[in-house]
Amino acid sequence: MSDVAELTAYPPVSGPSAISVFEREFAAKRKAARINWALGTAVFLAIFAITAWLGDFFKVTQVTLPDGSRDWRWIIPAGIPRLGEYIEKTLPVLRWESLGADLAEWFWRWKIWLRLLVETILIAFMATTLGVIGGFILSFPASRNLAPNRWVLWICRRYLEIARTVPELVWALIFVFCFSVGPLAGVMAVGLHATGALGKLYSEVNENIDMRPLEGVKAAGGTWFDQIRYGAVPQVLPNIISYTLLRFEINVRSSSIIGYVGAGGLGQEFRTAMSFQEYTDLSALFVIIFLTVVVIDFGSEKLRHRIIGLEDRA
Amino acid sequence: MENASLRLTSLTRRFDTNTAVDRVTLEIPQGQFVGVIGRSGAGKSTLLRLVNRLIDPSAGQIHHGDTDVTALKGRALRQWRRDCAMIFQQFNLVDRLDVLTNVLVGRLAERGFLASMAMNFTDEERTLAIQALDRLDMAPKALQRAGTLSGGQQQRVAIARALVQQPRIMLADEPIASLDPGNATRVMEALRSINAEDGLTVLVNLHTLDTARAYCERIIAMREGRVMFDGTARQLTDDVVRDIYGSEGLAEFNEAVTSTTVTRNPALTPA
Repeated sequence: MSDVAELTAYPPVSGPSAISVFEREFAAKRKAARINWALGTAVFLAIFAITAWLGDFFKVTQVTLPDGSRDWRWIIPAGIPRLGEYIEKTLPVLRWESLGADLAEWFWRWKIWLRLLVETILIAFMATTLGVIGGFILSFPASRNLAPNRWVLWICRRYLEIARTVPELVWALIFVFCFSVGPLAGVMAVGLHATGALGKLYSEVNENIDMRPLEGVKAAGGTWFDQIRYGAVPQVLPNIISYTLLRFEINVRSSSIIGYVGAGGLGQEFRTAMSFQEYTDLSALFVIIFLTVVVIDFGSEKLRHRIIGLEDRA
Repeated sequence: MENASLRLTSLTRRFDTNTAVDRVTLEIPQGQFVGVIGRSGAGKSTLLRLVNRLIDPSAGQIHHGDTDVTALKGRALRQWRRDCAMIFQQFNLVDRLDVLTNVLVGRLAERGFLASMAMNFTDEERTLAIQALDRLDMAPKALQRAGTLSGGQQQRVAIARALVQQPRIMLADEPIASLDPGNATRVMEALRSINAEDGLTVLVNLHTLDTARAYCERIIAMREGRVMFDGTARQLTDDVVRDIYGSEGLAEFNEAVTSTTVTRNPALTPA
């Protein structure tokens, strides 16, 4: 084989003509990329403008001015000052000389709130446990690379989708109807949503594993369950623990609001405070939830990093 | 069953348009050490996977004694896989499990569902596993994670796993392709001793001709899914080799270039 024979081949594989072919193709590719970029930007801006208009962002509303007259104003600049008003209403009166008494007045229902806070955390804990069990078991048949067949994959995926697409609050409404008011409905609601969310996250972890260990187990005469237990579970365990702790943090936030529809936890107090216009109660509740979430986030993050750290060292 | 031979009858496997294994007919008596050679994509791996039923044939049959392997299902199929152990180029161990548990995976075909899910093994099985590890000089590493071992050590763990299956046949898919010469020799010696002492049939895919010549009493060469040569090392002449590897244009085909063995190569030995 000589060099001449290679140069006459089409398309040319080397020499000046090969480079000019590259330059032509490169220019065409860049042009196509620029057009696509411009089109994408235009479509995005159009959709953004339409949704803003549909969402009343450009609405003009009548407001009362300080001198008593009425005038037309854009809704956003007109509404923002009212946010300040609302926050101001929720602020408690705290004086240095009578701080203890003022705080006691601000947190006047602390005994009830403390009990409900414990209930909130217990709902989150139980719901996370149920979600982990359900999500873990379903994540394997819901992974494209592990599902024993297409039907099982389809059914498991749809189940997880329904479980996580319906918000906790809606599940809570349904379960309050079934099991009456109380934390049981809350656990079921948050747990079911967590099953869907965790099942999805776990199955994505499963889809990234190395399949060779599973093949090794299969070649030794292992069943599908053996392949999952010995080949897949050891690989995904660190990620599963990490996602579980993250989900617990999210579930503490969810379970503090579902009480609004009667499913247990602190949420019911929000409703009471709002209907009785006890604005300072709202800020007290906010402080309680905020501190709880900060503490739990901090603790679980420490724990997660510790687990990840252990992983790296081992 | 004791002296059952493995028979492949016009075994074929097609992937879409490509025929990976094309009407392969072979008879391998119990206890033979057989090497399969051929260039990449010749169908060597597919052939081994067909025998172990990791993939199903498109046509043809596999028989072991009176058993029609191609018709096996469920439990019987898993027991066939146990009888016909397989080791892989990339070892296929579970990195995050310890060596002992990796070896015990070879016992899974015997375990019930609950015992296997709980990773619950009997003392006899653990004894068997540690003896297999000891045979390959790996007993001191039994409690270490498999992922922390070197490639050669991992392959020996994989052989121990295959041994505790108490198989009749040992399939090895490029077992030394990712190993350095020293470890490659240890692995090949282990396969040789298993063949000689336990009377297991060994069917090994190799990409180095000199290894095949050194260890295999019978060499099968494949090209484009077909068996092109079936005979002893002595019968494998340069002309046959050139035909198998399609090395047109290469003036000289030097086996030493692809070699992974330590000695046995005059070309590499200083004069």
